[in-house]
Formats: sequence, structure tokens, C-alpha cells
Amino acid sequence: MTLLSVSSLGVTAPGGRALVSDLSFDLAAGKRLGLIGESGSGKSVTSLAVTGLLGAGLVATGSVLLDGVQVVGGAERRLVPLRGRVASVVFQEPLTALDPLMRIGKQLAEPLARHRALRGAALRVAVSEALAEVSLDDARIARAYPHEISGGQRQRAAIAIALSSRPQLLIADEPTTALDVTVQAQIVSLLDNLVEARGMALLFISHDLAVVSAMTNDLIVMSAGVAVERGTVAEVLSAPKDPYTAQLVRSARDLDAMLGER
Amino acid sequence: MILELRNVSYRYRKGALALEDVSIGVGEGQSVGLVGESGSGKSTIVRLMLALAKPTAGEVLFDGEPITPATMRRFRASVQTVFQDPYSSLDPRQNIESIVAEPLRSLGIAKGSEARAMVAASLASVGIAADSLARYPHAFSGGQRQRIAIARATVCHPRLLLADEPVSALDVTTRIQVIDLLAELRESAGLAILMVSHDLSAVAALCDETVVLNSGRVVESGTTSTILAAPREEYTRQLVAAVPRLPAP
Repeated sequence: MTLLSVSSLGVTAPGGRALVSDLSFDLAAGKRLGLIGESGSGKSVTSLAVTGLLGAGLVATGSVLLDGVQVVGGAERRLVPLRGRVASVVFQEPLTALDPLMRIGKQLAEPLARHRALRGAALRVAVSEALAEVSLDDARIARAYPHEISGGQRQRAAIAIALSSRPQLLIADEPTTALDVTVQAQIVSLLDNLVEARGMALLFISHDLAVVSAMTNDLIVMSAGVAVERGTVAEVLSAPKDPYTAQLVRSARDLDAMLGER
Repeated sequence: MILELRNVSYRYRKGALALEDVSIGVGEGQSVGLVGESGSGKSTIVRLMLALAKPTAGEVLFDGEPITPATMRRFRASVQTVFQDPYSSLDPRQNIESIVAEPLRSLGIAKGSEARAMVAASLASVGIAADSLARYPHAFSGGQRQRIAIARATVCHPRLLLADEPVSALDVTTRIQVIDLLAELRESAGLAILMVSHDLSAVAALCDETVVLNSGRVVESGTTSTILAAPREEYTRQLVAAVPRLPAP
């Protein structure tokens, strides 16, 4: 059984406008896939549909099988066990993903307690281990509120929380877009190492071809809710077939060329 | 120099030194990129350059003179700004005509039919259709909003544009278009530009000179091509190396 199997997925907004149309892809355990596209292309809506987290008024059609469970139209009690245990999400903006009123350690302790049934001293040890795993070694981080630490540290904390339930699939939705280039480079390499070490599957969503190509070898290009192209990074970069992809590649190459030879 | 910080330091009221002995200037028609990470002091420099804050030490000079209430109006007409986030920098309750005409109104430059003509010309120069005048910001995409913000900043024909991360919030293809637009305005209107960015590729695309800022100090400055090809400082090298690159063709 494929870990994630999406077929003919459609998502419509209130009023009937299609946000995603006829999207199909499979992601096997331990594999990686990149979803690339610009604002409004439907990539984030896809990630929400996969975890059954679409906002009010958005309607999904087609089929999303996550660990064999039908997510589209699935009852909440069937979906809850999937979240965390099967799939976790790292969102773009850690400042809004984290609870501003709760200390980082507590936010991390909650899923650790729930998914791994830890309490007391064992839970405290697990919290510091989880923070150490994302290179947050400073003991003060656990006691800090989100606004007291940097954007990069917040995203590391959000990653630790997403990984605390030992998911088989990590969905990273523009996880570095809100960060500086140097911090982005650190987070990309952190995610790469953690996904590798744990043998997780990864669905990596971004508008940045250069970042995606550092994380995955296979990608799907989305435009206006439709998968316009799919293939390996090398194929898409060297011979884009779709006009939109060609424009995306050209823009990325132009920006890359500004930096000169390597 | 149109605008210059000379040996400027800035300390927050309680404590930390945000800038230490920074000297940076932009001359007529020049393009300067100011590069650094979050917390390096980029935004503080922009605030000082806009006379929105006063330095703890050193001078901010406009045409070689300190900015005074008497020169403030001429300063505002000469130095305009584009901000990072086009979703928060345009008033959602004003239509596009009113938004773009704002500097003309507040600086008393033009009104009535003259103002309308200047607004139309400015919008045309950034590629926004003339029938957009009565529409509101929510009807436009991020890239279009940034064009409108640029039209507002350039409607009074300033000599210097301070662009604070003007393309960071935009998609890659839109980013290229906005950079091209700024380059075109630079060429056609002789506009000097100071662009603040953490993105070296955007700076490389637009700016002849680059200043690298780290922890409130200038660590390196020079022509952009030299800084990219042969950075002297370790910090600059890290900054260049951190930019994600595509696999070679």
C-alpha cells in the first residue's frame, strides 16, 4: 500500500471556483516529492486537503488515501489518528503556527505526551532531546515564548513539534520562505538530514526551484490548480515542456545568473 | 551625495547598540544594495535615512546638510520609499488613484487635473492599466500591488528611492518583473536607488554597489561584482554561499 495516494483530487472554493483540479500523485514510504508553483497555484490547498484540514467552505472531491484511509469526506474521528502519527505539517510562518501564549517546551511536550505516552522526568528528557535534534541546545529555549526567540529558532521548534509524533510523512509547506537566506540554508540542511535519518517520506512545497532542487529529485509543477508538468528536477530544468514551467525555469535561471559563476 | 549617513551609531533607548559607526551614502543616479540578515541593522538604517529616527551619534545628511523642518518638505519630495509587504503598505480603504496621489497631496505638489495627469503617467510607467484608478488594493495581486506602491513612490519624481526588501514577498517570476521595472525607472528617470535586501540575487540584478552589514557594522563594501566574485570577509562568503542555487544546466 502506498503511503499517500492522491487521485483526481479537486478542491473548490465557496461559489464554485476550482482551486485544484484533477490532481493525482503517489508518494511511497521514504520517498520525496516537490510541489512547486506560485501564489494561488493550489499547492498549499493540496497540502491541507491531504491532511483533511481544508478550511470551512472548501470542498474536496476525488480521493486521498493516506495510509489506506480515505481522507476526502472522511469522518473527523477517522482522520484524527492520521494527524501526527502518519503525517505532520511544517507551515510557512512559525510565528502563526506556534501558540504565542505557550512556552516552547510545553508546546513540544503536548504531542510527546500524547503520542509517546511520556510523563514527568521522562517527558522532560524527551523535550530536551527533541530540541537538541533540531540543534536547539540552549536550555532557555524550552522556557521561552515564541516571540522571545528568532525566526530560525521558531521554525526549528515547529519542526521539532512536527516530528515529535514520529510521522511517516512530513509535509513542509514553504518552510523557509519567511527566513533569511543563511537561516534558510540551515533549515534546508536540517530537514534534509532529519528526513534521511528517519526514513520519512517528504512532500516539499515551495515556489523556489533552487530550494526544491536541494530537497527532492521528483517534482510536480502546479499552475492555477492544475499539475502542468512532472518529472525529475533535471528533466524539468533542462527541457520544460509546459510554457508556464518554461517561464518559471527562465526566471529562476535569470536570478541565478545574476550571482555569476560558481 | 543625495543622502548620506556619516559615522552613524544608533542605540535603542534601553540598551542595545543597533548600529555602530556606519557610513553609507547614495549619490545622484547611483544604485546601492544594503545586504545583511535579520537583526543586522538594515531597517534601522532605513528609518534613519527617512528621518523617522535620529541617530545617537553621527550625522544624516541630505544634499550635504542636516535635515531640518525647513528642508523636510524638499527632502520628502526627493526621497521616497517602497516597503516589503505590498499587502500592508497600501490602505485597503482608498482607491488606487487616491493612494498614488497621496504624496502629491501631502507635499502640496499638485492637485486637480494636474495631479490626475501625474497619477495616470506614474501608473502607466509601472504598467498598471488606466482603468484601475477606481479599484481598491484587494483587487490586485502581490506583484501588481508592488507596482502600485512603486507608482506612489515615484509620482512626485523623487531623486532617490529607498526600497526595503521590495521583492522578498514576491514569487520568482514576479520578482524578476519588479526588478526589471526598477532598473527601467533607474535608466529612464535617472532615479538613484538604495535597495535593502537579504537576497543577494536581487541586489546583484539591480545594484552597482553593495554594502554588507553584520550586527550593526559595515563589514564590507564595494562593487557588487567584486563582492560576489571575491568577497574579502568570511561573513560575506557565508552570505553568498547560502543563496540557493539551481543545479548547473
